[in-house]
Amino acid sequence: MGKEKTYLGVPVYRPRVAFFEFTSCEGCQLQILNREESLLDFLNLVEIVDFREAMTEGSDDYEIAFVEGCISRDDEVVRLQEIRQRAKVLVALGSCACFGGVNQLKNRFLDQGWVHRQVYGEYPIASLPVRSLADIVTVDVSIFGCPIKKEEVEKIVTNIALGKSIVHPKYPVCMECQANENICLFDLGEPCLGPVTRAGCDSWCPNNRAGCWGCRGPADDADPQRLKAIMVKHGFSLETIIDRLDCFGGFVRESARLRDELENVGQTGSVDPGGGI
Amino acid sequence: MLFKILPKSELAGLFAALSENDIIGPVHKGDNRAGTPLFDFARVTDFDTLRLDFTSTVHSAKRFVLPYRETLSTFRITKDSWEKQVDFNIERPFVLFGLHACDINALNKLDKVLMGSVYPTPYYAAKRRNMFIIGIDCIPLSSCFCRSMGTDTALTGFDLFLTDLGERYFVEIRSAKAFQFLKGLSLSDPADSDHDLYLDKNTAMNAAFVAHVETSDLTKILDLEFESPVWKDWGARCLSCGTCANVCPTCYCYGVEETVALDLSSARKEKQLHSCNLVDFAEVAGGHNFRPESASRLKYRYYHKHRGFVEAFEESLCVGCGRCGRSCLAEINVPDVIASIRHEEMVSDR
Repeated sequence: MGKEKTYLGVPVYRPRVAFFEFTSCEGCQLQILNREESLLDFLNLVEIVDFREAMTEGSDDYEIAFVEGCISRDDEVVRLQEIRQRAKVLVALGSCACFGGVNQLKNRFLDQGWVHRQVYGEYPIASLPVRSLADIVTVDVSIFGCPIKKEEVEKIVTNIALGKSIVHPKYPVCMECQANENICLFDLGEPCLGPVTRAGCDSWCPNNRAGCWGCRGPADDADPQRLKAIMVKHGFSLETIIDRLDCFGGFVRESARLRDELENVGQTGSVDPGGGI
Repeated sequence: MLFKILPKSELAGLFAALSENDIIGPVHKGDNRAGTPLFDFARVTDFDTLRLDFTSTVHSAKRFVLPYRETLSTFRITKDSWEKQVDFNIERPFVLFGLHACDINALNKLDKVLMGSVYPTPYYAAKRRNMFIIGIDCIPLSSCFCRSMGTDTALTGFDLFLTDLGERYFVEIRSAKAFQFLKGLSLSDPADSDHDLYLDKNTAMNAAFVAHVETSDLTKILDLEFESPVWKDWGARCLSCGTCANVCPTCYCYGVEETVALDLSSARKEKQLHSCNLVDFAEVAGGHNFRPESASRLKYRYYHKHRGFVEAFEESLCVGCGRCGRSCLAEINVPDVIASIRHEEMVSDR
């Protein structure tokens, strides 16, 4: 640290970055700290001025804000807007920030009062329906995943330092899964959202014989309706499919549409043959 | 041609003789939910794990000559300069122990593109030129259509070809190298009864074909049917997931990406197999996408395999192994697509 970095003789700009969290498990920030072997190189590329999980000091003077978590309270809205004003670049870090994540599961309950009573009892907590960062402010860069992969963050930070563009795979997880020569989860009788979920995770879950839950959200040109037809043909119930699509919030429109479909066909008594979980 | 008979018990000896190389062969990878075994090619160190009775493998042996991801060059970055290192990524010769005729023909086709041009691909050639190939006969699956593509027989591209006659193999020897390796084993000349068994095996193979692709005038018909509404129907089914290209033994399209290490002291140029069905396949600098619809992407995949390549090399790029159709979750398969273009009845309609 300290010494100015150069790349091919050209000085590399070392941006001031800050990490913030809203409603989340803070696991994505932990991922950043988890890879100790590359942490010093990471710190050479960026100057971290605020990172509650890793340091005592704090600062409002930063250029890039990495923001983890979804927005579920009024005070969070205000704080996010302040961060947006200060940061030149706002990065949504992880599925909660990008789509609401697991937290947005509560949004699907029609009676939010009931949800509040079940979770908090009579304790007064001003919890709102969950929103993603982009529902409130402009997000410049999204880093998908639950949790994020630090390799991906490192690549993005390197690209920022070198002025290269940041691109995500536009194709679905299947592409990486087949390049890893996995047995297709459908062949094993497991539900999987790989055909519609954005790649970039190197098919992390299918590599371990667990079907994809769509934590990275939809791939470009994803066709969840088509996948639904395929899953039904493989014997999975609409409930199984909706559960999957609901989990991380990347497919809320599709799962809402399927829930309407479920009500219309009155298929609520059907048995889940998936046995996926 | 040199024909010999090899007792099955002798095959382990051949395996041992070849084991200084990297031996790649079909292995049992797992079972599907119906209990049907699934096979794939893998490095084999124990002869007993080799499954020469395999039906087909889910993936082809392509990755050993065309890895899904391959580092083309690495760069050491100094203060204001850089040094490039190139490695063709081969340590030892490969022995492909048990390729069906379709897969041998697939490698022959890849050779035409990747080694037969003015600028051969050194990464491919380095692996391909250091290769010993043992073919094995097969009984086609109902989805196999190599007969239609003229790839049910391998005429070249192997060192020896085994046909299972029960207790022994009928061996076709095509290289002096193969003869050298067989020399120490108890080979004998085929008897008339072996000829009969060989013919029986051939008859059984012929009788097993179900799927068929009519290739007569296909390049012209594809020209005529370029605007056929049928492409839209198939496009609407396609998930644009790239699985067909990854399991295909002849798909070779790729992208190249350069990445700089986090400490900025090194960089890497990496090749990654891509697929013409993926949404960004025809996206160019500036963001314009020449094929934003899945229907046009799927169509061009078929045009490359069954029209463009035929015009260039007088043979199809498809070997009829049927892997794409078996792996496709949307149940898109070559015999059905071609039949629909030709206004014929599709297998799945029957």
